[in-house]
Amino acid sequence: MIPGLSGDLVTQVFLLVAAGFMLLAVAMFYRAIVGPTTQDRVLAVNVLGTNTVIVLALLAVGLGEQSLVDIALVYALLNFLMAVAISKFTVERGDVL
Amino acid sequence: MIETVRTGGIVLLVLAGLFFTLVSTTGVLRLPDVYSRAHTASQADTLGAGLTLAGVALALGWGTTTVKTVLLLVFVFATNPTAAHAISRAAHEEGIEPWTADDDRTDEELYEAARARVPDGGQTGGNTTTADEPGEQEETG
Repeated sequence: MIPGLSGDLVTQVFLLVAAGFMLLAVAMFYRAIVGPTTQDRVLAVNVLGTNTVIVLALLAVGLGEQSLVDIALVYALLNFLMAVAISKFTVERGDVL
Repeated sequence: MIETVRTGGIVLLVLAGLFFTLVSTTGVLRLPDVYSRAHTASQADTLGAGLTLAGVALALGWGTTTVKTVLLLVFVFATNPTAAHAISRAAHEEGIEPWTADDDRTDEELYEAARARVPDGGQTGGNTTTADEPGEQEETG
């Protein structure tokens, strides 16, 4: 486990908060499925990706797997690239950034 | 003593991050059009992510992983509003009008109006559509 951390309280809290973030991510699927415009869906998937990054960072502490932070870093990069690329290539003129 | 303060700070930061992400999720689910949804997704969600990652960095102590977590925090702070800006600018170039308070159309009807006005996928661009927008709103309101 992580050295110098007092007790199981922080681990329990991190796992519970990760479960809460998962619930919010599932709720965000409503906007990704229903949302009328393409941009609504891209926005919902972007927020979902941010939630995934946070859950990975929380599980890095909660499960004691510190390599999950590296996965979260790569996921954040790919998430940003996904949002910008879809915004750029779904409109005709394409100079969104 | 200092450990108690640190544990309390970690729990407080993570719970505040969960609260702000709850606010962001509520906004994305309930707000009326794509621009206001992009607003709440860029601001409240960035704040929630930043607070939670600060809690994670505080829990990890000193080390390489903490440096990576702080790097992730800075990256999320920079890229999340940028992505929301790109998405809402793409929506503007698609010709979608912003919802206003004296406008009782839903977001589906605004989307259909944008599709009807620009049938060939935004060739005429956003500038000409926004130029005649105030006149239309005065007539309907």
